[in-house]
Amino acid sequence: MDLAKLTMMELRGVLRKGKATSVDVVEAIRDAVAERDPRVGGYIGLDFETALAEARTADAKLPMGGIPVAIKDLINVNGQPCSCGSRMLAGTYRSPYDATVIRKLREAGAIPLGRTNMDEFAMGSSTENSGIQLTRNPWDLDRSPGGSSGGAAAVVAADMALASLGSDTGGSIRQPASFCGVVGLKPTYGRVSRYGVVAFASSLDQIGPITKTVEDAALLLGVIAGEDPKDSTTLRAPVPDYVKGLGADLKGMRVGLPKEYFIGGTAPGVRAAVDAGIRKLEELGAELVEVSLPHTEPAVAVYYILATAEASANLARFDGVRYGHRAENVNDLAEHYRKSRSEGFGAEVKRRIILGTYVLSSGYHDQYYTRAQQVRTLIRRDFEEVFAKVDIIASPASPTTAFRIGELANDPLHMYLADVFTIAANLGGICGLSIPCGFSESMPVGMQLLGPALGEGAILKAAHAYEKATEWHKQRPNP
Amino acid sequence: MARKDFLVTIGLEVHVQLKTRTKMFCACAVAFGEEPNTLCCPVCLGLPGALPVLNKRAIEMTLLTGRMLGCSTPEISKWDRKNYFYPDMPKNYQISQFDLPLCLGGGVPLYELAYPKDHQKSIAHPDKVVALTRIHLEEDVAKSTHLPKATLIDFNRAGTPLMEIVSEPEIESPEEAVAYLNSLRQILLYGEVSDADMEKGQMRCDVNVSVRPKDQKKLGTKIELKNLNSVSAVRRALHYEIERQIGELEEGNRIVQATWRWNDDAGQTEWMRNKEDSQDYRYFPDPDLLPVRTAGMLAALGVPELPHQKQVRFVRDFGVTSYDGGVLSADRALADYFEAAATGTTHGKKLANWVINNLLSALKEADLPLGQSPVRPTQLRALVELIEDGKITNNQAKEVFARLFAEPSHEDLAALAVSMGFEPANAGELEGFVDQVVAANPGPVAEIKAGNAKAINSLLGQVMKLSGGKGDPKLIRQLLEQKTA
Repeated sequence: MDLAKLTMMELRGVLRKGKATSVDVVEAIRDAVAERDPRVGGYIGLDFETALAEARTADAKLPMGGIPVAIKDLINVNGQPCSCGSRMLAGTYRSPYDATVIRKLREAGAIPLGRTNMDEFAMGSSTENSGIQLTRNPWDLDRSPGGSSGGAAAVVAADMALASLGSDTGGSIRQPASFCGVVGLKPTYGRVSRYGVVAFASSLDQIGPITKTVEDAALLLGVIAGEDPKDSTTLRAPVPDYVKGLGADLKGMRVGLPKEYFIGGTAPGVRAAVDAGIRKLEELGAELVEVSLPHTEPAVAVYYILATAEASANLARFDGVRYGHRAENVNDLAEHYRKSRSEGFGAEVKRRIILGTYVLSSGYHDQYYTRAQQVRTLIRRDFEEVFAKVDIIASPASPTTAFRIGELANDPLHMYLADVFTIAANLGGICGLSIPCGFSESMPVGMQLLGPALGEGAILKAAHAYEKATEWHKQRPNP
Repeated sequence: MARKDFLVTIGLEVHVQLKTRTKMFCACAVAFGEEPNTLCCPVCLGLPGALPVLNKRAIEMTLLTGRMLGCSTPEISKWDRKNYFYPDMPKNYQISQFDLPLCLGGGVPLYELAYPKDHQKSIAHPDKVVALTRIHLEEDVAKSTHLPKATLIDFNRAGTPLMEIVSEPEIESPEEAVAYLNSLRQILLYGEVSDADMEKGQMRCDVNVSVRPKDQKKLGTKIELKNLNSVSAVRRALHYEIERQIGELEEGNRIVQATWRWNDDAGQTEWMRNKEDSQDYRYFPDPDLLPVRTAGMLAALGVPELPHQKQVRFVRDFGVTSYDGGVLSADRALADYFEAAATGTTHGKKLANWVINNLLSALKEADLPLGQSPVRPTQLRALVELIEDGKITNNQAKEVFARLFAEPSHEDLAALAVSMGFEPANAGELEGFVDQVVAANPGPVAEIKAGNAKAINSLLGQVMKLSGGKGDPKLIRQLLEQKTA
């Protein structure tokens, strides 16, 4: 039995029956990484010694007792590096504290193991913007795993992790999950604490699970969700038992199909797989309803104004004064800032900081930032109106399957537009997930299910019923 | 043109550290003088991933200040990021308030006693109230210490709740600026929202000042003054700067909008930077913090009585003079002391004298704060009552007070007076002295009988002398009146 290839639920059973120990699991991951990660490049840091020490005292009775979870490199784990995929922090910064999600993982008995690669500061959709290394898609090493949580999706797909935590600001969990053929869930804004997660765009960022099955996503979400006194934007709402809420029957569930999401621009193979997926939902008892999200078209523009505006302030702290990359041979403070930041940040991060600074500057603020906030309100209302009529929404997670590495690296605008289906959920603050629904030219396709605020139970239930009725999730790459 | 031919316009921006137990956005303690960089955490160090959480107490204190100063409060108040790079600001943005601050409008009344002592007789606008623009809440920055080749930064101060109180440009002289700062400080102390000590940096002040010829309507070009570390520095800097600006105008020069720095040692202002270098702060709402609904917090506030309200009440309820009422209410602790002493007695006026003349000078001599006074309010009241009841004379009371001040363990003042030999002469003994004096002074007695009541005073003094100072003046007067009727 290869422990690294199990789902978390399977592994939990094995550990509880005493057929293997947590130490065995950590060692199985070490073997899997040694075998496959040289080609995939999903991890940028792994501390097996600390994980083994924690595994030795693991308590299998806890909800995730002894189960290792891979961590996207922007989530703080006490004593571990936290580089956000950036040369600004790599090699110089070590975190002095645990993020709330890490504290919750530990309380549930889980073991944070490994730092997964990402686009620098989560800015990108292919992980090619990492300042550390390239990550390859386990299904085709010439392709990107998606991004920005590319490493987190690739290590789960390649059975180098049982599950991982990613972050999603405009699709950064759902898109790589769809590209890598795994389950990725972006919770409702405020469902999961952001304390200890390095901010890209504070009003859009959410942490969520990337897993091999829907049941595992439900388990992991239940562990990390909940109000946090250290994050004022968390929601004061009880956390249901998401695993218990799963079932096979979709009778009476109304599934909305936004007409704006099904009008060309989507690759035919993706469209075919998603259409088949939607028919399967209908077979399982769901009722299909055509709905409209009229403000879909400006969503990408609104996103790139608001996200970059927030990022321009969030990333100001990386100045080489207290930590991180510090330029040498500077003559004054202004030069220190300029050189440290010019040397530490990559091109995409600089592009977005400049964009965000511009949209907030005096004279342009109303025209861009204020306007974008107003349109964001309209997008939020679109969702409220649709969710008054349907329980969930179904769509493709991405218009294409995984890009070839280098294909869009020099075409940022095209890359931005590829986030069209995922971005609106972040602007609306609602929840969404991507689930494997087939293949197009041998590459996985993801179906996106969106739910209203705090509607995680509904999308997990639909996805679980779909997964039980299909075999897509059982397919594994062989990198 | 002379100085009187120019109008002066001054506006003040005052930063006040609130005396909350913890910082604005984290649970680190607020304290002064600790080992550098020991009172900090991921939040106030601005570490990646850390998030701010509002300090409710700081909001309450700011709302209380607003209530004391007559401000209005928007129904919803929110927090914004003010973007600028400087090493004392670890996030390189400061969390502040832009368009929906906690307090709007209001004003600071300029108390007579808040003017410089040498100026209290020549106040240009008695009862003036300087209007406020706004009060907002923000976080303090770290403290920088500049060395020749390095700058040291202490983050203990970073994140301390800081109120910014902005006045309208309505102040017309350096003396009014002094009165504004002293009055404001008095009110802040009353509300117990800050210790507001300028020398400790708990209250910091930037000044905008301009001058213009009397017949000119449009305000002159303003100069911002920085590095004003005491109230007296504000006054001196303003005098210097006003003279300088008038001098420039008289020479036909133009004032260029700029920031100047007060050099206290040299006693002059020095150019720092022109306004063109000013930054675009790119304010936007902080997505990490939710806006605050203020109604509930406002309703729950207990607003203390203000100094001038107390002054009026002391005059009305305790019969003190308006001046004494002003002195007593200038300091909340002193007012509380007086009120504790004066409550339940009809001798308020006399008590006020004792507090102001005897107690305060004894404390000053012993270099003790009021809080450590060896004489408690109830004891002072008992002492005054002994005098008023004729048990001891005023001079004896001074001796008792001195003894009590030195030996605070005495509880029973009457017993203490007796033990010091200050027993009142008894009525029989006094009657004998009165008879003696009346017999020996036929002249004055005749005058009294003729209707000159004042003549009784010289007889009273003689009786007092015979009693060895122990006689009760009231009783003696009564006896004399009987015997000369």
